[in-house]
Amino acid sequence: MAIKVLIPTPLRRFTNDQASAEVNASTVGEALAALDAQFPGIQARICEPDGRIRRFVNVFVNGSDVRSLGGANAEIKDGDEIGIIPAMAGGQ
Amino acid sequence: MIRLSRSFYNGIIDHARQEAPRECCGLLGGRDYEVERAYRITNTEPGVTRYLMDAEEQFHAFRDLDERGLDLVGIYHSHPATQAYPSQTDTSLAFYPDSVYLICSLQVPEQPVVRAFRILDGEIQEIPIDITEE
Repeated sequence: MAIKVLIPTPLRRFTNDQASAEVNASTVGEALAALDAQFPGIQARICEPDGRIRRFVNVFVNGSDVRSLGGANAEIKDGDEIGIIPAMAGGQ
Repeated sequence: MIRLSRSFYNGIIDHARQEAPRECCGLLGGRDYEVERAYRITNTEPGVTRYLMDAEEQFHAFRDLDERGLDLVGIYHSHPATQAYPSQTDTSLAFYPDSVYLICSLQVPEQPVVRAFRILDGEIQEIPIDITEE
């Protein structure tokens, strides 16, 4: 069993339109690095160069925002599901 | 073109008025760019010139869309004091090129204006809104 990563529509151009992928990892950061190994370039759209999750990207583990779970250091286990959702933001 | 009923259209204006002077924001789900469901989302930005949708509400709305077999067809927010046209901030943070961005202006409070746009790689294209009467 592995970690399932759900790919949002705006990032599917990195995944040949695949809506999800499976990775093996024990933290969210490792999962995103493993995702990048499969789909080069995708991690840079989600994380800052230092590994922190970008302000305008939301990452969820089993429906919980990882910012409340330790960010990229949040621990995950087989069977968990990671959701990536670019923020919706703007203003006049 | 994006098609929505008069009640969804008026719902966006009502939401904008309720939140003013802050910006309101929300999502529209449907099929083939016809709106079937609206989700009001909490704006977590503290000021009056920005919006940032609450991440968990956004996530749950996406889940609900998936469960109902609906697409995200529209993303709306308000400009309480400026025109209904995407700002530089709106354009630079437009991460959903497949969705229509609707903006409700309350610049003239008694004459709200709603306009719709596609934003792709910084290019703004206005698209028509078809309002259906119920």
